[in-house]
Amino acid sequence: MIEGLFWLFGGTAIVAAFLCITGRSPVASALWLVLALFALAGIYVLLDAQFIAVLQVLVYAGAIMVLFLFVIMLLNAGRPGVATDMKGGAGRVTAALLGLGLVFELLAIRGWMPADQLRLPAGAIAELSREHGAVRLVAEPLFTGYLVPFEITSLLLLAAVVGAVVLAKRKL
Amino acid sequence: MLLGPSLAVSAVLFALGVAGVLLRRNAIVIFMCVELMLNAVNLTFVALAQQLGVAGQIFVFFVMAVAAAEAGVGLAIMLAIYRHRQTVDLRNINLLKG
Amino acid sequence: MPAPPLSLLWVVPALPLVGFVVNGTLALTRPTAKRVVSIVGVGTLVLAFAAAGIAVAELARQHPTAPLVFRYWEWIPAGDLQVAFALQLDQLAAVMILVVTGVGALIHVFSVGYMHEDPGYARYFAYLNLFVFFMLMLVLGANFPVMFVGWEGVGLCSYLLIGFWFNERVNADAGKKAFIVNRIGDFGFLVAMFLIFARFGSLDFETVFAKAPAALMPGGAIVTAITLFLFLGCTGKSAQIPLYIWLPDAMQGPTPVSALIHAATMVTAGVYLVARCGVLFALSPLGSAVVAGIGALTALFAATIALKQWDIKRVLAYSTVSQLGYMFVGVGTGAYAAGMFHLVTHAFFKALLFLGSGSVIHAMHHAYHATHTHEDAQDMRNMGGLARHMPWTAALMWIATLAIAGIPPFAGFFSKDEILGAAFAEATVRPLWYAFWGMGLVAALLTAFYMTRLMLYTFHGPNRTGEREREHLHEAPPVMTGPLALLGVLTLVGGALNVPHLFGGNAFLEHWLEPVTGVAHRLRPALEVAAATEWTLVAGAVLVAALGIFGAFRLLKPEALVPARLAPPETGLARLLWKKWYVDELYDAIIVRPVTWLSREVLWKIVDARIVDGLLVNGTAAASRAIGWLGSRLQTGEVGVYVVLFVIGVLAVVRAAVR
Repeated sequence: MIEGLFWLFGGTAIVAAFLCITGRSPVASALWLVLALFALAGIYVLLDAQFIAVLQVLVYAGAIMVLFLFVIMLLNAGRPGVATDMKGGAGRVTAALLGLGLVFELLAIRGWMPADQLRLPAGAIAELSREHGAVRLVAEPLFTGYLVPFEITSLLLLAAVVGAVVLAKRKL
Repeated sequence: MLLGPSLAVSAVLFALGVAGVLLRRNAIVIFMCVELMLNAVNLTFVALAQQLGVAGQIFVFFVMAVAAAEAGVGLAIMLAIYRHRQTVDLRNINLLKG
Repeated sequence: MPAPPLSLLWVVPALPLVGFVVNGTLALTRPTAKRVVSIVGVGTLVLAFAAAGIAVAELARQHPTAPLVFRYWEWIPAGDLQVAFALQLDQLAAVMILVVTGVGALIHVFSVGYMHEDPGYARYFAYLNLFVFFMLMLVLGANFPVMFVGWEGVGLCSYLLIGFWFNERVNADAGKKAFIVNRIGDFGFLVAMFLIFARFGSLDFETVFAKAPAALMPGGAIVTAITLFLFLGCTGKSAQIPLYIWLPDAMQGPTPVSALIHAATMVTAGVYLVARCGVLFALSPLGSAVVAGIGALTALFAATIALKQWDIKRVLAYSTVSQLGYMFVGVGTGAYAAGMFHLVTHAFFKALLFLGSGSVIHAMHHAYHATHTHEDAQDMRNMGGLARHMPWTAALMWIATLAIAGIPPFAGFFSKDEILGAAFAEATVRPLWYAFWGMGLVAALLTAFYMTRLMLYTFHGPNRTGEREREHLHEAPPVMTGPLALLGVLTLVGGALNVPHLFGGNAFLEHWLEPVTGVAHRLRPALEVAAATEWTLVAGAVLVAALGIFGAFRLLKPEALVPARLAPPETGLARLLWKKWYVDELYDAIIVRPVTWLSREVLWKIVDARIVDGLLVNGTAAASRAIGWLGSRLQTGEVGVYVVLFVIGVLAVVRAAVR
């Protein structure tokens, strides 16, 4: 059953992504991307990463994509009747070729499995998340082992806020 | 168990993201495709976290934080460009040409 | 006074070199300092002759059986090729250096008078000194490369001196012709050197001649190739068929130059080469036959042309070619002493003839200059009866004429006779030599004839120069007649050098050269004929000579001649001879024109202009421009293009990482 769900979500993600990149208007692209992100959140749940799945919906699909839509509409980029912004024939061929090339190369890497010593016993993460809760599973290392990156990330977000405000001002 | 198929899906999504970057001319849509690529990588991390430990999920956490910051700043830049050039079409952003 | 060591041999060529440097500097800075130039130019030669004499005397005292080699420094140390700057002195070189410096000194003295009014006086002596330096290098070299340096150097000086009055096109052309034709011969010399090095791994005379009998198969392909290529060089330098064409044109140079370079010394370099490489030629019957054959043919051929030339110097030029042919018959037959003997005697009487003609031309020039006419001062049809005005010159030139005709007891008789005798002796074993002997005999007849003709037309009969010019004709000054007299004495007694046993003489030169020619003679013994046959041959030769002289006196009528400008053009056989058998025209049509056409139409217009300039030079530029243009197409300034390139790069990197 998990497999079936996985293929459902995975297929949705791929189709949505495809429609995103070939969508005629930016708004359509954005909305298809949202669907893809939702599908990915579903996959995360299946992979015992429930907290991440929620974060995906809240932050990515909920905040970032909303921001995208805001900006698209602010720039009037989603007007109906505007010509599509996809490249012409040569560009499409190039994109298709390079994309296919990349897929094949990456699939070749997919065969490299991690060494057996590194693997945890099957179901270990699921066990842990059931025991302590999915949130604590992520939060504990975050505030202990990875504290420094955490703090730096907060600085990063501060910089991003300041930067966004400054860049978007009409007059400095 | 789901590792192999997850990585496959991740690869396809990443490739689709790259194709999208190559395919579109609108800067904002290109940015969205970059987000798609980031998500594909996130999927890889989560899938491997199931096998190798929770560090993968931590990493996804950070990737999302950075992606948010990046989206904010990037879109601000695009607003600034739009204000000057009335367009975000990539063909018109060619001051390096010469 | 103790004898100086022979390692000071280098002093002999160094002296004229110093003369060149001093005179050359003077020519560039103070060309009017004639007295200094004369003293330096003549002085270095006289000193060189003295030094040569001392060296030869010391050599005679030491009696070496092998050449004395003096290595001065390592010139070319290149792996397998080790060439030293080395000089050697042996009996053969001794003869040559005495002739070169001795006759050279006399000609330098003569030049002081002859070139006195020439503005290029200093330059003349500079070149002349340089020539003597190179000639000495040629004969003193201990290995092929040093000899080749001298070989090329004398060619250079020949060019410089033939075209001495280069302001006139015809003189410059003559100089070019000499140099270019010599180059063809030099190519032969070079190829022979390559073959020798390939075979022997060395270019030293000592090594090569010592190893030759063992290393080369007698009559084999390699030794024949070597000798033939060497001889090609000789045909160029010594003006034999087919490369003799430059020598008559070389008469455009000053007459003392013709005397020194184109009679006594440079042209004899080929004979010296064959004598020096006697071992090699002894090992190749075909090579020797070619040498003797071409010599005989040239002797006859040139003599026929000389019969109908009107320019006094041209007659002498063809005569030189003819006499050189005799020398090659000598050394080609293996009679090295005979060939060298003729070389020495020829140097005496031919220099005398040229210098004498120089005196005549000098006087004619003066006469025409005084009356402001522009007739040809060298055309015999404008001369006649000059014996009345120039008795000394006439007498001395008669001595030389008798010598060259082969009348005993003058020098030429003994040498020419010895060569013909050797040819006849060889013919008993190789019948082909009968032809060579026969040609030589006919050539002797013609030689006597045309030389008598020269004397008759120039010095006897009525004078055709003109009424007003006649009073300006006079004998040459002592500075010019002095050397003439000395050469006359040498011509008279020169025969004593090698009087054969037949006449009770001691064959001095032959014995003197034995250490050098011995090896070759062991490989190829010299043949003898019975004494009776020898006497018959001698008598025959004298008879032929007398016949020639007598015939000229009877058949030629100087009274019937008219001055050159009024003379009717030649017809028939006479025209053919006068036009030198049209050889120059033939070469022009067969070789010069096709080469010029090829150079202009193919090499210049196609290869140089289109391929080198167009394709390689401009093409490279165009290709660079094209590649640059291609590169510029990548820099569109559009981010979309850059991203595509970026992704291509990523693909490549991933591919490399996955491998």
